[in-house]
Amino acid sequence: MAETAVKEKESVFQFGNKERKLLSDPLNDNNPITVQVLGICSALAVTSLVYPSLVMAIAVIFVTAFSSLFTSLLRNYIPKQVRMIVQLVIIATLVTVVELALKYLNYPVYKQLSVYIGLIITNCIVMGRLEAFSMANTPWRSFLDGVGNGLGYGIILVMVGVVREIFGKGSLFAGSPIELKIIGPNADYLINTVDSAMFAWYANNNLMVLPASAMFIIGIMIWIQRSYNTKLVDVS
Amino acid sequence: MESTRYVVIFILILTGAVAVGLTGMREATKSQAALNEDIFNKRAILTAVEDYLPDGQKVSQLTDDQIVEIFSGMEQPVVNMQGEILDGVQAEDIDMAKERKKAEEDRRLPVYVYETGGQKFYILSVRGNGLWDEIWGSVALKSDLSTVAGATFDHKGETPGLGAEIKDNPSFAEQFQGKEIYDDGEYVSIKVRKGGAKDPNHEVDGISGATVTADGVSEMLYRGLKYYEPYLEKIKQQSLLLNQ
Repeated sequence: MAETAVKEKESVFQFGNKERKLLSDPLNDNNPITVQVLGICSALAVTSLVYPSLVMAIAVIFVTAFSSLFTSLLRNYIPKQVRMIVQLVIIATLVTVVELALKYLNYPVYKQLSVYIGLIITNCIVMGRLEAFSMANTPWRSFLDGVGNGLGYGIILVMVGVVREIFGKGSLFAGSPIELKIIGPNADYLINTVDSAMFAWYANNNLMVLPASAMFIIGIMIWIQRSYNTKLVDVS
Repeated sequence: MESTRYVVIFILILTGAVAVGLTGMREATKSQAALNEDIFNKRAILTAVEDYLPDGQKVSQLTDDQIVEIFSGMEQPVVNMQGEILDGVQAEDIDMAKERKKAEEDRRLPVYVYETGGQKFYILSVRGNGLWDEIWGSVALKSDLSTVAGATFDHKGETPGLGAEIKDNPSFAEQFQGKEIYDDGEYVSIKVRKGGAKDPNHEVDGISGATVTADGVSEMLYRGLKYYEPYLEKIKQQSLLLNQ
């Protein structure tokens, strides 16, 4: 019923059920991290603080969205023999754009993310979407698919970052203008563990600062997701 | 399958367009990026005297313009290994990473003299090896040229939660405040001691799980500050002459 309605409209930028699904599928049913288990390396490495995770997420959304768009625009002209090289050129260009922009706009975060911005090039999510989707779909839908997959990756990244920063550092958004200090051993924090009798036992969990903790957190997320979204259980 | 001719032309056009675009963008952002990096490094240096900034301000509260202003008002001598001040070069022109690659006797050492409220602080730069990669820092000496007013450290790739605590945990650097690098006129530097400081004047507590990084800090301070010894001796003699 809905599909006949979609076919009647021939506008380039239509936004029907199918398009909405392109955006929402990667957020849950087909999440790049928790379902496809791609892009784990950077998810472990940059998530010790929320702010860098957020910047990384935005960078990846930008790269997946526009590399999908450009690949799709060129899909009928890309020679089949060298299509992967062409995709890599497009991805690498966009990553370099992100790197230059970050150096220009926010140098401290650029320092913090260091090599991981460059490593977006090797993120399987990006190239996976180009090969699987953009080479065979229209630019607009490829763009949406790119945004969706970037978002799916970014949401997990920020969620892991929130858990790791609260329990590892006792703060949120450290390094950004809206830094929130939640729990720690001096008066700058909302809960001062030195004064408060209730939280005197509390200490930051140093494991949370290490990349290994993200592995556990992502594992628990996959568990939670599959326990309510049972159709995923037999997929992989 | 496309012909080889088509493939070659396609790749040439694509890479040509990309190269032109990226070069243009790099050129457009180059000067601002260099300025950002410069200010980032200056903030790190100034953190060594954070407690003595006017009105109790924190380095993070200062605007970029204020940082530039503070540094342009500073005396910035560059000294050689004999303690002689070199002409025509400012401390902020010195790249410590490059100096470290030179032979020891050819190295140039930056000094930032921060003056506030009649007090003079000498901010010295040190650089050494941690566990995985380079570590570096700035140490501010009070005008007696022995007592540490503050210190700040940074690293390239130490383990988060362990070695990286030299930067991430402010209380590590805070321990250096009030320590002395001379003991009765004899150079001893400051040591990071595993298991807790024993000598209250010349030792600070180590970080558990980061012995190699901590030893690296000790070694960096001992060697790095010793380079400045001839210069510090000269200033001491000058101030003695002035007092007579």
